[in-house]
Amino acid sequence: MRHIISILLENEPGALSRVVGLFSQRNFNIETLNVAPTEDPSLSRLTVTTVGDDRVIEQITKHLNKLIDVVKLVDLTEGNHIERELMLVKVKALGASRDEVKRTADIFRAQVVDVTPSVYTVQITGDAGKLDAFVQAMAPIGILEVARTGVSGIARGDKLLSL
Amino acid sequence: MELLSGADMIARFLKDEGVEHIYGYPGGAALHIYDALFRQDSVKHILVRHEQAATHAADGYARATGKPGVVLVTSGPGATNAVTGIATAYMDSIPMVVLCGQVMSHLIGEDAFQETDIVGVTRPVVKHSFSIKHPSEIPEVLKKAFYLAATGRPGPVLVDIPKDMTSPTERYEYVYPKKVKIRSYNPVTRGHTGQIKKAVDMMLKARRPVFYTGGGIITGRASEALTDLVQRLGFPITTTLMGIGGFPQGDRCSLGWLGMHGSYEANMAMHHADLIVAIGARFDDRVTNNTSKFCPTAKIVHVDIDPSSISKTVRADVPIVGAAGSVISEMISLLQDREPASPDALAEWWKSIDGWRAEREGKLYEPSKPGEALKPQEVIEAVYRATRGEAFVTTDVGQHQMFAAQYYKFAKPNRFITSGGLGTMGFGFPAAMGVKLNFPQDDVVCFTGEGSFQMMMQELSTCKQFDVGVKIVNLNNQSLGMVRQWQDLNYKSRHAHSYMESLPDFAKLIEAYGFTAIKVTTIDELEPALERAFADTHELVFLDIYVDPFEHVYPMQVPLGSMRDMLLSKTERT
Ligand SMILES: Cc1ncc(C[n+]2csc(CCOP(=O)(O)OP(=O)(O)O)c2C)c(N)n1
Ligand SMILES: [Mg+2]
Repeated sequence: MRHIISILLENEPGALSRVVGLFSQRNFNIETLNVAPTEDPSLSRLTVTTVGDDRVIEQITKHLNKLIDVVKLVDLTEGNHIERELMLVKVKALGASRDEVKRTADIFRAQVVDVTPSVYTVQITGDAGKLDAFVQAMAPIGILEVARTGVSGIARGDKLLSL
Repeated sequence: MELLSGADMIARFLKDEGVEHIYGYPGGAALHIYDALFRQDSVKHILVRHEQAATHAADGYARATGKPGVVLVTSGPGATNAVTGIATAYMDSIPMVVLCGQVMSHLIGEDAFQETDIVGVTRPVVKHSFSIKHPSEIPEVLKKAFYLAATGRPGPVLVDIPKDMTSPTERYEYVYPKKVKIRSYNPVTRGHTGQIKKAVDMMLKARRPVFYTGGGIITGRASEALTDLVQRLGFPITTTLMGIGGFPQGDRCSLGWLGMHGSYEANMAMHHADLIVAIGARFDDRVTNNTSKFCPTAKIVHVDIDPSSISKTVRADVPIVGAAGSVISEMISLLQDREPASPDALAEWWKSIDGWRAEREGKLYEPSKPGEALKPQEVIEAVYRATRGEAFVTTDVGQHQMFAAQYYKFAKPNRFITSGGLGTMGFGFPAAMGVKLNFPQDDVVCFTGEGSFQMMMQELSTCKQFDVGVKIVNLNNQSLGMVRQWQDLNYKSRHAHSYMESLPDFAKLIEAYGFTAIKVTTIDELEPALERAFADTHELVFLDIYVDPFEHVYPMQVPLGSMRDMLLSKTERT
C-alpha cells in the first residue's frame, strides 16, 4: 500500500542525507520526497511517499524515529488527510493544439502561467492521481517537460504534527 | 570564567568526562589536539600502529567496562582506516566516541589534502555524527556525543573536527556541561506495564518455555536481574553469541548459546518451545536460520530497547519496548504477587531437554590421540582450566572464535569479547589490548587464528611501548579454517584461497619485538606451555599452537532449515 509519511526534522546540515540514506541503506522505496522549512526555522518538514506492506511500513517509521534528527513523524495515510502536489508542465501549443491545451487545462482547473508562440506552461495542483490524469490527457498533444514537487500533505481536522 | 582553545577544550572535556584512556594516531588535522594532550596528564593517549586497532581497542575497553571507548584519528586516511572498527562497534551496539580531525573549514569540499567526507562515509554505521561548526560548541557537542553513545541502544558516535576549530590562538569560554538535552532523543527505559503483565501470564502458563537473551543483557547491565528471574522460574535459557556471560553458563538452566554453531540442546529447545521470551536479542539470521521454519509452535515475547528490532525479522506476539533491566525487574515484582506455577509443570520439558543433553554428551568432538595433531577444542578447554575460567577472553573471527565460544565457559558478563555482528577478522588482538590496559591485574586471553592475527599484528609494537601483557593463543591450523569448512561442505573441498601459504615463523616474529613465544605441536607440550604462559599476568606471551587443519565446527545448522536442522559431525545430522 502507498503511505504518506510526514516528518519534522531538525534543520541541521546532513539531516536530510540521513533520511534519504536510511531508505537506500535498508532497501526501502521512495516514490516522492518533498522538503522545506516550517514556520519554526529550527525545523524542516519532509514528506515522503512510499510503498510497502504493513511490516515494511512499520520498519520504516521505526527506523525514521530512531534517527536523532527526526523530531516527530506521522503516517498521514492512517487517518483522513489532505494530499497535494504541484506540477508545472510545458506543452507544445501550435495551431489547433493551442486551444486544445487551454481547454484541457480548464477542465482540470489548471492555469496557463507562461506563454510563448509555441509553448504553454501550465500549472496544476491536486493529488497525485489528478496530476497523472492530466499528464495522460496532455501526452497526445505533446508534453515537452514536467516538473512535479512530490506530495505534501496534512491531516484533516484538529490533528497537528507539531512539537 | 575560563578561556580555552578548541583543542584544550577537548582535552579538558575528556578529563571532566572521566575518560582515562584514548586510543589514537596523529596526523596534520589532529595536531592541535595532540599538542593539547601533550600539555596535560589526566588523559592517557595510547598510540596504536593502525587506526583500525584504535577503534577495536576502544571497543574492547567498552565491552569490558560498559563505558564508551574513545578514539582520536586524523582526517582522510586516518579516518577511513577507522571505518571497519566503527562498523564493528555499530553492529554490536557498543558505545564509542570517535574524534576525527578534518581539514580547515574553508577547504572543505575542495578535495583538499587528506580530506574525506568521513561523516558521509560513516553515516550508515554510526548511531549519530556531528561536525563542529564553531569552537565554542565543542563542550556541548562532545557531551551530546558521549550521551548518545552510552544511552538507549548504545553505538558509535563520530565527531568531525575541522582543524581551525582547534586553533591555539582562538579561545572561548569553557564550562563542562553536566547534562545535555536532545529534544528528539528520549530513549525509553520502562516497558509498558500492561504488556509486561501479559508476558508474565504467558510465562506462568507455558509448558515449554525458553529464555533467549542477547547482548542487550550485557550492555543493559541486566545479568543479575536476569539470573534472578531465570532461577525463580526454573526455565531453560539460551543466549546469543553476544549474550554469552549474561547468565552463568555453569548453571543447570543454561543451555549454552544458540544459532548456526549453537549447542544441540539450545537449538532443539528453541524449535520445540511453546514460549520464547527474547530479551535484548534481535532474531538475526545467524540465530533463526530460515525464519519461515523458525520455532513453529512458539508464542514470542520480545523485549528490546530498540523498537526497530522488534518484529523486524520474526513477528513478536507480545512486543515490549524497554530497557532489559527495568523490564526484568518489573517481571520479578509481578511474579512475586502471583501464584507460582506448579513445580511439575515443567517436568516433561526438562526431561526432553536432559534427553537432548544426554544425546550429545561426550560426542562433541574427538580428542586427539597421542602423536596426532591437537584439536582446537581441547586447547580451549586447557586454557579454560589454566585460567580457572576467570580470564577476559577476546577472539578474532573464524573457527577458533566458535570453538572459544563453545568451550570456554563464562560465569560473568563482559568477559567474552567478540565481533558478532560484523565478524571482523583483526578484532581480537587490539580489543584485548584495550581490555588489558584497563584490567592490568586480570588475565586477558586473545584466541586468534594465523589468518586473523596477521590482519592486526602490527600492534605488537603498541604492546611493547605500553607494556600490555595479553596472552595470545594462536590456533594455527595453517588455513582460513572457517572458509575452508564452507568449501568442504558446499564446494566439494575446492579450497580456493583458504590456505595460508608462507606463514611466518611466528616465534621469531614475536621475539623480534622482545616477547616470549612458545610453539606447541603435541598434547604433552600443551600444559607446560600454558603454565609458562600464565605464570606472570603482566607478560605478553604468544602461544603458537598447531592444531588439526581438517577440523570442522559443529553443530552447524543446515542452510534454509529450521532451528533443529543441524549437522552434528562430519557424518551425523539431525
Ligand atoms: C576482515 C575479514 N575478511 C574476511 C572475512 C571472512 N572470513 C571469516 S572466517 C575467515 C578465516 C579466518 O581464518 P583464521 O583467522 O586463520 O581462523 P580459523 O577459521 O582458521 O580458525 C575468513 C577469511 C572476515 N570475517 N573478516
Ligand atoms: Mg586458521
